[in-house]
Parts: sequence; C-alpha cells; structure tokens
Amino acid sequence: MAAIRCTSLVKRYVDVVAVAGLDLRVEAGECFGLLGPNGAGKTTTIEILEGLTVPDAGEVAVLGMRWGGGAGDRALRERLGIQLQDTQLADKLTVEETVRLFRSFYRQSHTVDEVLGLVELGEKRTAWVGKLSGGQKQRLAVACALVSRPELLFLDEPTTGLDPQSRRQLWEVIGRFRATGGTVLLTTHYMEEAERLCDHVAIMDHGKVIALGTPRELIASLGAQHVVEFALADGVGRGPTPEELAALPGVQAVRPGADRTALTVAAVHRAVPALLGLLERRGAELSLLATHNATLEDVFVSLTGRQLRDD
Amino acid sequence: MIDHPLVQLTLARMREFYREPEAIFWVFGFPLVLAFALGIAFRNRGPGELKVGVLRAPGDSAIASALDRAPGLAAAVLDSSEARVELRTGRIALLVVPGTPLVYRYDSTRTESRLARLEADAALQRARGRADAAPVRDERITEPGARYIDFLIPGLLGMNLMGSGLWGIGFSVVQARTKKLLKRLMATPMRRGHYLLSFILSRLLFLFLEIAALVGFGWLMFGVGVRGSYVALALITVLGALSFAGLGMLVASRARTIEAVSGLMNLVMLPMWILSGTFFSYARFPDAMQPFVKALPLTALNDALRAVMIDGTGLMRLGAPLAIVAGWGAVSFVIALQIFRWR
Repeated sequence: MAAIRCTSLVKRYVDVVAVAGLDLRVEAGECFGLLGPNGAGKTTTIEILEGLTVPDAGEVAVLGMRWGGGAGDRALRERLGIQLQDTQLADKLTVEETVRLFRSFYRQSHTVDEVLGLVELGEKRTAWVGKLSGGQKQRLAVACALVSRPELLFLDEPTTGLDPQSRRQLWEVIGRFRATGGTVLLTTHYMEEAERLCDHVAIMDHGKVIALGTPRELIASLGAQHVVEFALADGVGRGPTPEELAALPGVQAVRPGADRTALTVAAVHRAVPALLGLLERRGAELSLLATHNATLEDVFVSLTGRQLRDD
Repeated sequence: MIDHPLVQLTLARMREFYREPEAIFWVFGFPLVLAFALGIAFRNRGPGELKVGVLRAPGDSAIASALDRAPGLAAAVLDSSEARVELRTGRIALLVVPGTPLVYRYDSTRTESRLARLEADAALQRARGRADAAPVRDERITEPGARYIDFLIPGLLGMNLMGSGLWGIGFSVVQARTKKLLKRLMATPMRRGHYLLSFILSRLLFLFLEIAALVGFGWLMFGVGVRGSYVALALITVLGALSFAGLGMLVASRARTIEAVSGLMNLVMLPMWILSGTFFSYARFPDAMQPFVKALPLTALNDALRAVMIDGTGLMRLGAPLAIVAGWGAVSFVIALQIFRWR
C-alpha cells in the first residue's frame, strides 16, 4: 500500500499558482525526496499532504486516510511526525521540557530518553532551546517529530542552513528512523542530500513534477555519467561553437552558460583531449577546466536551463 | 497525570513566564512600585501644624507665646522683608501684625490660611481674657478606608488583572503565531481547547501570587485592610482574570505581528486606565459619559473590588458589576474562538 498518494493537486494563492496539477505516490518504507529550487511549490505540497493547507483541487490519501477535519484528522496525526521549515520552538524551555510537551499530545510515544538518544541530544537535555546551535535546534525539531513513533515522517528542508557536520548528523538520524521501517518524505534543494538519502526523487519546478525516478535513473537519463565544465580567457583566440563542441567524441550534450560551458560526456578520457585539441587549434586559452560525476543538479539544469540554487 | 497535554501546556506557559525577568517585573514589581510611590505622594497628612508669622514690633513676643501655646499653631517672629517672602511662598499661612487693632494678613483663597486665621484669632482672644460662651468637647474619629491609598490599592489590583490578562495572553499567542509554533502545534493531535485553556489555567495560578503581593504590600506598608471576606475578594479577582483573559484572547485572535497586537492592546487598555477609576474616581467625568464609563469591564471590576475591600460589601449585592465583568469575558471568548487564526 502506498503511504502517500495524491492526484491532480492544485493550490493557487492570490498572485501565484503554487502547485499546478501534481501527482505523487510514495511507497511505505521508502524515503522520497521532493527536489526543486525555492518557490517550486515543495513546501505548499508537503503542507497539503500534512493537512495544514487545504488544496483547491485534487485528491490526497495519507496512510490510506483523507484529511477532513475532526476526530479522523486527530487519529491520522497520531501516526505522523512533522517537522516544518521555519518553526522556532520556545527559547525559554529546555530540550527535555520541549520534548515532554510534544510527547504529551500523543497516545503512544517514545520516552524522552529514547527520543533524545535517537537525535543524540541527551547531553543537552537541560539546556534552553535558545542556547542551542542551529544543528541542535534542527535535531530537536526532528525529535519532536519522532517522539510519536510515527509511521510517516515529513521533513521540510531539514538541513537548510546547516554546516556539513550537522547535516551528516541529521542524515544519520533519518537513517536510524528508516531502519525501523518508517517512511520519509523530505524536501530539499541539496542534491547531494537527495542522492544520499532518497530511494525516489521528484524534481519540481513551477508547481509541477518535471522528472521522477531513482537518483540513478535520473542521472542516467542524461545519457552520460560525467560533466566537463570549461571557461575561456577573454580576448584570446576564438571560442568553438556549440555545434563544434557537440561533434567532439563522447560528448552527449552541450550547455552554454553565462560564465562557463558544460558538456555532458560518456567518457572523460576521450572528450577532454579532443576538447583541448580543438581549443589549441583556435588559439583559445582555458581559464577553467573541471570534471565531475553527473549529479541531480546536472539533471535539473539540463531540464530547466537554470541552476537549482541561487547562491 | 503530569503527562496530560493540558498539564504540559500549562507548565510550558508558566515556565515561559517566570523565565522572563521583564514579565515578572511588569506583573509583580511595577504595581508595587506604583502603590508605593502614589501612597507616599498622596498620604493623608491632615492639616498638621500651621505656621504663623508675627511681625517684629512692640508686643510681638507676647503674641508669639500666646500662639505657640495653642495646639496646632507654631509662631515665628519675622522682620518685615522676611515676612513678606514667607507669606508669599506659603511657608507661613498667616502674618500677625501687632498693634491696635491687630492685623491678620493672609491669602483668603487658601484653605490653610483661613484655618490659621480662625485658630490664631481664637488663641489671641482667649489670651486676652475672652471666655467660651458654651462648654464644648471634641470627639475625634478616623474613618477606615477613607485614605487615598485605600482607594488606590483595589484600583491597582484591577489594573493589574487587566494588564497581565491582556499582555500575558496576547503576547504569548501572537509570539507563537509569528514563530510558526502555533502551526507546528496544529500539526500534532493537540486539542485546540487545551491550548487556549492552558493560558487561562496559568493565569489563574499566577493570579493568586499577584493578589497576595499587592494586598500584602498594601497591608504591611500602609495598613490597607480587606473589610469584606477574602473568599469574595478571591472570587471577584478570578472572575476579573477570566474576563480579561477572554479579552486578551480576542485581541490576539488575528494579529500576525507583535507590533500589531501591542497597538491593539494599548487601544483597549489606555481608555480604561484613564476612565475606569483606577487612580481617581470616575465620578469626575461628566454625567453624559457615565453610562459608557460604567459599562467598561475595568470600571465594574474596580467598583466590585472597592466594595469588598473598603465597604465590606457581600458578593450578593455586587450582581450588576460582576455581570458586566463576566459578560465582557464571555462575549470576547466566544468571538475569539470563532475568528482565531490558528497558523
């Protein structure tokens, strides 16, 4: 049975269509990622699924139930764990008091010790929330979501703004939850996070899903496993045209950009010498040359022509 | 029991309150400071000793000693330039110029001066042999509850109930809303009624401390007693606290920012600070305004508190003001529930 199913979801705000006909299916036990740039409609989508926002049109079923108000909603909420993007928990309560408060809302729940152990905040249990670091606050937010022993965990950009170490700690928390059979739906704009955590990802843009699959499938859809990026020094020789680049051996696609050109290539060891030869014949001089394994970021750029993140 | 959501929510409310030093000051410290300052400034001194000057001239010392012998008068012999300044600045209430006739120089628009003239004249006439035509005897009484501080303490109590109800609830609710904490709570199975009830419960628990602080202070510092029953006083304050909790809920029901809710609270409270007879009797306002002034919840609450504390009135005879207080609370609470913005 699917943990989440939604069809033809639509949500309009006064001046913008946040979700424009969205279909999703999340299987029980998997980790599903909603990826996309800011403003793609990820948060609106997840809040509709959480029953916090009412859609203008479309069907939603969460754990086989529908949102409709009243006692049914409360029964469904007993089974969910939710972390919202921008909640600030009360600064003047301690970690333990905060968890105990959230715990009191649920019929069945972890003990405070258990859940603080899960998120590794045991040492901070008597600290005021206001004194925690960003990563610790975020783990506390996840602790408040996990305290109900949920079947389904919603995480909205759980690691945004965190340093790499805090991010990895949170990934471990999510990993431990999954090991107990839990289902996760998370949104993120970190591709690395999605590749690392998710079984399936849906790439969203302008309120729609523009690509869906496992991270491996999506990267494979580029037709090549590697990306070569280069830039030329100004005013030296003549740069090659996209057509000439596309004709190089092993090059699958060419994406000219503002400050650099990216080539999707099947075999770096053939494409790079050919590229260097071409540039040398033109008398052009490189100011940058870099290669990396293709990522979901490249998938997004090839689908939309835009970078995923503004920064 | 301790893990009941209502208990946990109420505990959270209370912890957030008592861990905020500013809140403690405004709820407990500020009313005491006000009571102390106003109690000192407006303490009843009575007329005290009246100072009377005697102009330096032949016969001045006989006059001065006659005045000094009279209770409540103090005489001083002054040169004419000195005497003029002292009289003008009110340091002496009256100047006696020796001679025939005796001249009393004073400002007849000043109560003190007219009193001094009567007392001085009686003392001097008696010294020169005038006998009382009829025997008299003085009986002095002081009416308890007639001092300004007796009037002020119940008013401060009412004002404090209003302030902590509105600020305590309005601020926390709007803060939870702006921080998206309200939305987060909505994502749990928490019952909305429990959330709102937790504010009221924590208010009631702090209420008794507030009242004890102010009433105790008034009693220790100024001897302000409670003539009526403490049970009646407690019931009235509980009703007042509930009523202003309802009003606070209403004020906070829609506001999205702290600025907005602060503005609304001042809009609600400022008229009542002035009109509702906290610092001075609302009888000073024109008759046309009286129905409006009496319909305000703080006016009704202050009236009820004064009736119990000063006059010792029983609850049964306070139906009208208590109905006004309860009505405001009930109507506000019902409207607040209807229009409350839960995210």
